[in-house]
Amino acid sequence: MALIETEDLTKSFGYMPVIKRLTLGIERGEAVALLGANGSGKSTLLRMLSSLSKPTSGSIRIGGWELPREAAAVRAQIGMVAHKPLLYDNLTAVENLQFFGRLYNLDPAKSKQRGGLLLEQVGLARRANDLVRTFSRGMQQRLSIARAMLHEPDILLLDEPHTGLDQRGAALLDDLIMGARGEGRTILMATHEFDHAVQVSTRVLILERGSVVIDQPAAEMDAVRLAAIFAEQVSA
Amino acid sequence: MKTPFFAAMLAIFRKDTLAESRSRELIGAMGLFALLDVLIFSFALELNREARIESVSGVLWVTIVFASILGLNRSMAMERDQGNLDVLLLAPLPRSAIFAGKLLGNFLFTALVGLAVAFVITILFNVPLFNGWMLIALLLGTAGFTIIGTLLAAMTAQTRARETLLPIVMLPVAVPLLLAAVRGTTYILNGAAQDEWLPWLSILTVLNIIFLVLGVVLFEFVVEE
Repeated sequence: MALIETEDLTKSFGYMPVIKRLTLGIERGEAVALLGANGSGKSTLLRMLSSLSKPTSGSIRIGGWELPREAAAVRAQIGMVAHKPLLYDNLTAVENLQFFGRLYNLDPAKSKQRGGLLLEQVGLARRANDLVRTFSRGMQQRLSIARAMLHEPDILLLDEPHTGLDQRGAALLDDLIMGARGEGRTILMATHEFDHAVQVSTRVLILERGSVVIDQPAAEMDAVRLAAIFAEQVSA
Repeated sequence: MKTPFFAAMLAIFRKDTLAESRSRELIGAMGLFALLDVLIFSFALELNREARIESVSGVLWVTIVFASILGLNRSMAMERDQGNLDVLLLAPLPRSAIFAGKLLGNFLFTALVGLAVAFVITILFNVPLFNGWMLIALLLGTAGFTIIGTLLAAMTAQTRARETLLPIVMLPVAVPLLLAAVRGTTYILNGAAQDEWLPWLSILTVLNIIFLVLGVVLFEFVVEE
């Protein structure tokens, strides 16, 4: 049984369907890149999988739990990075992580230790006690990734995580994603970056007007080929 | 595994107080507005002592209500603007704990401003507001407005016109609270017998309980997409 399963999943805003009868399975340990033009339904799909948004019809099962009915059980397994950093400006990096540790009911000592390790990994250890409002966009994004991984989730949902990152930050993020893959976490990453998509993922999905039009192993393509497929499918 | 209600509530309360202690964004805006409001009333109303005692409750509560609207709008907008409400909703905690945590913070900030307003009114109107029952009435009324406001601010924060929508939605709902608070405090300040003002304080308490239960039950539906 796949870790993430959707069946005939549909989401409409008013009369406009954004996701159309999507049936999808993602196995444990897979790293899936989700590509698509703006408005193709990537963020909407991630929000439904994270339990932030309810489907109009169809079903979602994550780890055997059904959404939205058993959302509370699913939430502890999910770490999410969104467009916005989802951090508190007037708290320091450490205070932000401590706060999220408390929200996930983590043991304070363990949370502190893991927070320190993650800050080291995202290159923010030296800025740990600085207020987030003094961080650049890229630094906030890196801290956001540390926040999403603090509670060691089984599933990482990343919504355009490379946005705002410089080359060093983007490389650091790719390393983190590869590390998470190595730890057996399941990753679903919405992105517009073809090179990052083929580099860190095991499978590529292209979403067009709420339906999956391409579902291929990432090993079968490089960034150039993916860009060509994307242009062909999305312009069609 | 769900985070226990009280742990989540306290975490959100601590986060809000820590952030506010650094920015003073809410207390600063509410305090300044309240001070200006009381000053304008003190210049506009040239009253003798009896009339001052009669009107001071109205000045106090009108100031607290409008200052609280300002703070409540900002408090929930801070969560919405940066998408942080999503993080709270993503965590495995009861939705009611988010409501309770935000409520505790809002109550603390509004009560502090309310006490400051009472102090300024005491000086400008020469009517002493600091006695035991008056403070209880002040806290009960403030709690009521904060409970209603926290729920409605969560609702209006999702709209574009939230700054104008919150007072429009909140004031009609708050009328029974405002009536009970003004009546109760006027009787207390006039030195009336306990059986004249105690019913108003009892009404305030009952309304607070009703609004609190409604808030805990409805918050989940208000914040979910």
